[in-house]
Amino acid sequence: MIERTYREPADLAEARAMLAQHEGARVVAGGTDLVVAARSGKSPLPQRLVAIHRLRELSGIEPTADGGLRIGALTTHAELEASALVVESWSALADASALVGSPATRHLGTLGGNVCNASPAMELGSPLLVFDAHVELASAEGSRRVPFGSFVTGPGRTSAQTGELMTAVVLPAPEPRGRMGTAYTRLEYRLAMEIAVVGAAAMIRVDHAGRCVEARIALTAVAPTCVRAAEAEQVLRGSAADEARIEQAAQAAAAAARPIDDVRASAPYRSAMVPVIVRRALTRALDRARTGAR
Amino acid sequence: MRYPLAIEVNGIVYEEEIEPHRSLLSVLRGELGLTGTKEGCDDSECGACMVLLDGRPVNSCSFLALQAGGRRVETVESLSKPGELHPLQAAFLEEGGVQCGFCTPGMLMSARSLLDRSTHPTEAEIKRHLSGNLCRCTGYAGIVRAVMKVAAAG
Repeated sequence: MIERTYREPADLAEARAMLAQHEGARVVAGGTDLVVAARSGKSPLPQRLVAIHRLRELSGIEPTADGGLRIGALTTHAELEASALVVESWSALADASALVGSPATRHLGTLGGNVCNASPAMELGSPLLVFDAHVELASAEGSRRVPFGSFVTGPGRTSAQTGELMTAVVLPAPEPRGRMGTAYTRLEYRLAMEIAVVGAAAMIRVDHAGRCVEARIALTAVAPTCVRAAEAEQVLRGSAADEARIEQAAQAAAAAARPIDDVRASAPYRSAMVPVIVRRALTRALDRARTGAR
Repeated sequence: MRYPLAIEVNGIVYEEEIEPHRSLLSVLRGELGLTGTKEGCDDSECGACMVLLDGRPVNSCSFLALQAGGRRVETVESLSKPGELHPLQAAFLEEGGVQCGFCTPGMLMSARSLLDRSTHPTEAEIKRHLSGNLCRCTGYAGIVRAVMKVAAAG
């Protein structure tokens, strides 16, 4: 058995070099997934730890030149939920961050950790899908951007290559058409230290007459990854987005769900709850679009 | 393999040699002998191990000790000198916020981190801030009352 090693790179270049050097090296930031999984016996602590919590290059929430947002991978859930920029223009992401774990989890847990842990129940996944987010990856060879939807490939699996480190999430500027409202909500059994039983993010854009010009819906914890609900989106586009249409879209969202039975819920229960949670997310997003409330 | 760890706990800098898998909690209770912080579930569910890291609450059972290097840690022992009570400790006793006492150190540290940042938190804010701390005895009402009492006293 090799002895467990622990290294703290001083900057991104050193981190990339360390990850390139050892194939089995694993990154730890806040440790709220990695270390907790080791404590609970779910998966052992990796043998080669690269602790990146001091990398300044990976922190910060910065507007991009084209009106989007670049969020460093080390940004914590607490920073996301408190960011005026995120709350105002990417509300669903703030909603989701505020639901993660407890105050302690939110102060330590990071955006990069939530994304790379790739849980089907990850709170940030569905908001990132409806915002068409990209994941920025760096390696010793250079950097690249991958659409979030193709980055997470299955439970605990991503398309990151050996030696690659996630550095940021990039959100494109909201389209100028109409007024946008977004929201994320979940079914939960308790209010803290909880994971989504079923979750849904909604983005809806309405014109001056209140008609829906664009809609996006994504589901959490009902498939191997967070997934878009394309049929439900199509029900809303071009409609008045009234109560009947919202209900029709919520029912249509169930088509995208392929839930499993697990300790948290049975598959039939999850399926039955998809329309309920989608309706709540859509209603909240629509209210935000129409009233400007956040 | 052990790695050097210089860690500031309650204003004192300690220097230890620690293996990578060791939790902050195990170093606090073991090497440093600070047994006020409790081990409950040992996987971040219960909050009995809550300490402050750079002023923010952290489940020390599931935080790698080496990652606390160069940072400021505060435990329940920092609240008061022997024979004295911090206003939060006094309020917990007065309001019936303590029965077996096992969750109390974590509750106190979570409450303190809130009061350090927010001088007049609402009852809802207090409940949200303590939501990562479980108590199996008191039913929480006394704990929330105690924090509200200290908040009201400013």
